[in-house]
Amino acid sequence: MTWPSVFNTRLRKGLPTELQEMQRQVEAVAAAAGLDFFPTVFELVSPEEISMLAAYGGFPTRYPHWRFGMEFEQVHKSYSYGLSKIYEMVINTDPCTAYLMNVNHPTDQKLVMAHVYGHCDFFKNNLWFAHTNRKMIDQMANHATRVRRLIDRMGQERVEEFLDACLSVDNLIDPHAAAISRQSRDEDPVQRSIREAVEEGGDPTLPHDAHFKVDVDRSYMDAYINPPEEIHGKRERLLQESLKARTVPERPERDVLGFILANAPLHGWEADILSVVRAEAEYFNPQGMTKIMNEGWATFWHTKLMTEELATASEIVHYADASAGTTAMGRKQLNPYKLGLELFRDIERRWDTGRHGAEYDECDDYQAKTNWFVDEQGGLEKIFEVRRIYNDVQFVDAFLTEEFCERQGFFAYAYDRRSKRYLIKSREFADIKTGLLDQLTNFGQPIVEVVDSNHGNRGELLLEHRHTGQDLKMDWAETTLGNLVRLWKRPVALKTVLDGKELILRHDGSKSTRRRTEAKESA
Amino acid sequence: MPGAIDRDIGRFREIVRGRIRKDLKKYMSNGEMIGRKGKDFVSIPVPQIQLPKFRYGKNEGGVGAGSGDEGEGVGEGPGGGKAGDGEGQHILEVDVTIAELAEILAEELELPNIEPRGSKNVVAKKDKYNQIAPVGPDSLRHFRRTYKSALQRSIASGNYDPGNPIVTPIKADEKFRSWTEDKRPERNAVVLYMMDVSGSMGDAQKEIVRMEAFWIDTWLSSQYDGLETRFIIHDARAKEVDRDTFFSTRESGGTLISSAYKLGLKMIEADFPADEWNIYPFHFSDGDNWSGSDTKECLRLLREDLLPKVNAFCYGQVESEYGSGQFIKDLTGEFEDEEAVILSNIANKDGVMDSIKTFLGRGR
Repeated sequence: MTWPSVFNTRLRKGLPTELQEMQRQVEAVAAAAGLDFFPTVFELVSPEEISMLAAYGGFPTRYPHWRFGMEFEQVHKSYSYGLSKIYEMVINTDPCTAYLMNVNHPTDQKLVMAHVYGHCDFFKNNLWFAHTNRKMIDQMANHATRVRRLIDRMGQERVEEFLDACLSVDNLIDPHAAAISRQSRDEDPVQRSIREAVEEGGDPTLPHDAHFKVDVDRSYMDAYINPPEEIHGKRERLLQESLKARTVPERPERDVLGFILANAPLHGWEADILSVVRAEAEYFNPQGMTKIMNEGWATFWHTKLMTEELATASEIVHYADASAGTTAMGRKQLNPYKLGLELFRDIERRWDTGRHGAEYDECDDYQAKTNWFVDEQGGLEKIFEVRRIYNDVQFVDAFLTEEFCERQGFFAYAYDRRSKRYLIKSREFADIKTGLLDQLTNFGQPIVEVVDSNHGNRGELLLEHRHTGQDLKMDWAETTLGNLVRLWKRPVALKTVLDGKELILRHDGSKSTRRRTEAKESA
Repeated sequence: MPGAIDRDIGRFREIVRGRIRKDLKKYMSNGEMIGRKGKDFVSIPVPQIQLPKFRYGKNEGGVGAGSGDEGEGVGEGPGGGKAGDGEGQHILEVDVTIAELAEILAEELELPNIEPRGSKNVVAKKDKYNQIAPVGPDSLRHFRRTYKSALQRSIASGNYDPGNPIVTPIKADEKFRSWTEDKRPERNAVVLYMMDVSGSMGDAQKEIVRMEAFWIDTWLSSQYDGLETRFIIHDARAKEVDRDTFFSTRESGGTLISSAYKLGLKMIEADFPADEWNIYPFHFSDGDNWSGSDTKECLRLLREDLLPKVNAFCYGQVESEYGSGQFIKDLTGEFEDEEAVILSNIANKDGVMDSIKTFLGRGR
């Protein structure tokens, strides 16, 4: 596979010759190791520029919004005071765009390049990225133009206020929307019963009524067994019943933004902004879902490529120092780089030595387990498979083992009200794993779905929080509901659970109220 | 690339200052980062606005890694584990930098940038190597350019053989780095603070002067590369003092304003030639001069000697418990049409900002 001709024409800013040479070397080594990536464009930028790009989520152009300014100040202040340093940034596009900071040491640049090729391989091959827009740089620039035009037309304040309302709910999207086509939102129930009959092997050309008939062997009996008026009546009754019982959406809808976009009486410009916010949230979604894997994979490869091939004797110490910095682990926070890296290494080791499968799992002889060895050498193949089909939740669920947790010294901690400190709560494997999965499921955010768009027959929107043990932050939930009213244009209610009791929060645009439901107490 | 984000930054700062989008104020939190500056730990304020979202209320646990038994403390501090070692050390607040402060001041008071005094400005010369010359010392020879012109010459003259690409430069091919003189106006400024410390100027009045001086320093140092300050106190006699003495001295006795102006003039003539310096005399007094004849002397000194030399002469009359004196009226009468004389009456602390605006609002 030869890239050179492709990336040469793409070097917009023109890397200095020595970095071009370095890129050629790293790229060749990465490709030889089996990584499969989009052509990759590196751009050399100043610390200021990289702070800006970081604030913009890696993109050179975004729509005007104060939060980018806020993020810039944070990133840049943190850099200026030496608190943090952005080594690398890469965005999921084709060709992949990555940034190198011009003040970095050449060894750092090599490390970053090796790391970036890991990310590029991940972007290209991981299933959760399969439906992302690879021309997102252009798309983001289009969004910027759209929003700027709206600002010119509607005024900054109005557009910004509406943007804020949209951004306050931009986590209410369906993470799987891009990959799955959900059953159509408002399919006619009769149509559906026909479709289902057809799916079960019925004949699509038969008249509708035929689907309600009882099968008869002797056709002359048909009129008696399936009297036409009865069949017709049955169909009508079904229709009436289902219309009466019908709520829109028929099933809880996770894509709250999409639902509002399709059903709320939004002005053209409002719909425009909402669709921009939704599209960008959907674009960034897979990155949130695969943070640990993505960083782990890139770190796995930069460590491997650097130590085995790339770093020269004079670079190795500097490299080790820099690399150790990225995988350092705080006591209170799991470093996704470290966790991902160690998990991938563990998987490789386990599949190289046959430490998996029922026989290994069921073995309870400590000695035998410690010295387990089946010469499989399937580790590399396994990790490539893992990087293709897993996301973080599945990754941790499938590969975090008790031995692994012990080796890494993981613990679960909790806040102790009495001593007002965080204390180590448990070193039990089950607690650790549950804790981790809780943090990762839906990015540690509550799942909220639309359940009824005509709540109380007043055209109000009813949402439901799928309660999984943790209560919502109530004041935030209330103001968020207020923002939803801005989008839905009618009062919005949220069914949730507080202190074990079911509760409906409702916001009518000016104030919010709480009401206990008469329903039974939930567990 | 930067520039695009400046607008967002500006917008964010405006929101933080509460000038626009007041509805967002309630989502604002004052975060901080702990940083190092030399030996000191500094707290860097990072104001944050978090848009409300549906999220969990009590985030009171998680998964970490390290040693320790169940029930032991996890240890505080964020991920990197760097901040923890700052405990017990002195943390400075760096709320806003002086530059930021000047910016805020300029915005609040709509201060114009100062136009330095034209040709009278001293010009600093600096050599910049930004040219190529056909002659020069060998140490400045520009290898690439020399090679290029040698190559061009040999191709043009048909001596170049691609199979044996030897290029020999001759004298005429040589190119040297050369410089141009970059003239930049040197923007130096001196502020002469003069204050009446006679018996009638109390602590409250000094406090006002101190505040004035702070803001004047802040603004002028944002406008000039180098800013010097000198301090003169006077009652019936004037003398030069340092900053601390200036703000703490209290004398008794009469007031002869001309004594301060004479000393100021002497200092300007000795140390700050008017064609090299931007000069800002500020005089604060309660306006009770001893005699009409001294006032006449002051007016003469101002018109004939001081005004031709200074950017602006600013006089702030601070109201004391004995009321406000006559001096500001005398000045008003004499210099009504004179742009370089700026007068301000400061009734109390709340008047400070208005008087700053009066003093600095003319962009001189």
